[in-house]
Amino acid sequence: MAIKGEIVIDRERCKGCGVCLGACPKSVIALSKNVNGKGYNYAEAVKDECIGCASCAIVCPDGVISVYKANL
Amino acid sequence: MNSDIVKPENLVYSRTKVLTDATMHYCPGCGHGTTHRIVAEVIEELGIQDQTVGVAPVGCSVLAYNYFDVDFQEAAHGRAPALATAVKRLNPNLFVFTYQGDGDLAAIGTAETIHAANRGENITMVFVNNGIYGMTGGQMAPTTLVGMKSATTPYGRNVELNGYPLRLTEILATLPGTYFVTRQSVHTPAAVRKAKKAIKQAFENQKLKKGLSFVEIVSNCNSGWKMTPVQANKWMEENMFPNYPIGDIKVEGKLVEGIGLDRLVVSSPLTVK
Repeated sequence: MAIKGEIVIDRERCKGCGVCLGACPKSVIALSKNVNGKGYNYAEAVKDECIGCASCAIVCPDGVISVYKANL
Repeated sequence: MNSDIVKPENLVYSRTKVLTDATMHYCPGCGHGTTHRIVAEVIEELGIQDQTVGVAPVGCSVLAYNYFDVDFQEAAHGRAPALATAVKRLNPNLFVFTYQGDGDLAAIGTAETIHAANRGENITMVFVNNGIYGMTGGQMAPTTLVGMKSATTPYGRNVELNGYPLRLTEILATLPGTYFVTRQSVHTPAAVRKAKKAIKQAFENQKLKKGLSFVEIVSNCNSGWKMTPVQANKWMEENMFPNYPIGDIKVEGKLVEGIGLDRLVVSSPLTVK
């Protein structure tokens, strides 16, 4: 049993400010090289180490991150 | 995406339904978005969505009424506390809050703010202080620090020419009409949690009818400060926080222990490093 988390980022809403990057204790998030419809480099999860702490979602100014957590 | 984890029953955090689906117009990384969200979360948690009336200001957050799914009034520039007074007095059972920036609350609306606080109106005021006029292009505000560059003080704010920065939150704490006065920030997860707790307290206080609750959020303005959002948050920690210290100033109508005259009466100007 291990606690695993997963984040779902609304790419089109994300403005690529990067505040969530520093908030993540596991450095799971990075800014994509690709851009969304508004031309922002959106945030995306690049590692599988999310613990579902929701720190990224709590600091996100645009509320684009949903967090899921499960005991697998 | 791992479909074993992404299921409705495993959801631990998502955007609150008290915010509308409209995309906010704020710049990337702006503290307004976070502040909007925690105010909306507090309204959701208290279950008062249908009993809340917000009053929007003029400034960056002028469109706040588009983002909150609660009833809203739009005030003339700086007059949000006066309008909120009217709403609250006509409907004493409603939860009424104003949401204002420093140009609105601490400049053109100084009179309304101080008198609403001094009358002890049972409203909640959320004050977002980023030390600059963001919407109009980064001009100097009353809260701009000494030495801080802005569009109208390109060599830094100069006391001889521009006067001293204003700490309105400390001024309000000295008035008998305020019940709860605090200063918070929203740039880290821990800070957001504390700010949300303070805003929740400020809304709950309206039931007590003991006076005005005032929450200042020290925020960034990365566009106005000409920095990236992450740089702006760091600059805010280094320069804004020493001059606008985070923490409760007045709780349950009494000044917090350790808040003395030296804190309330600023003898030296608030300066950038």
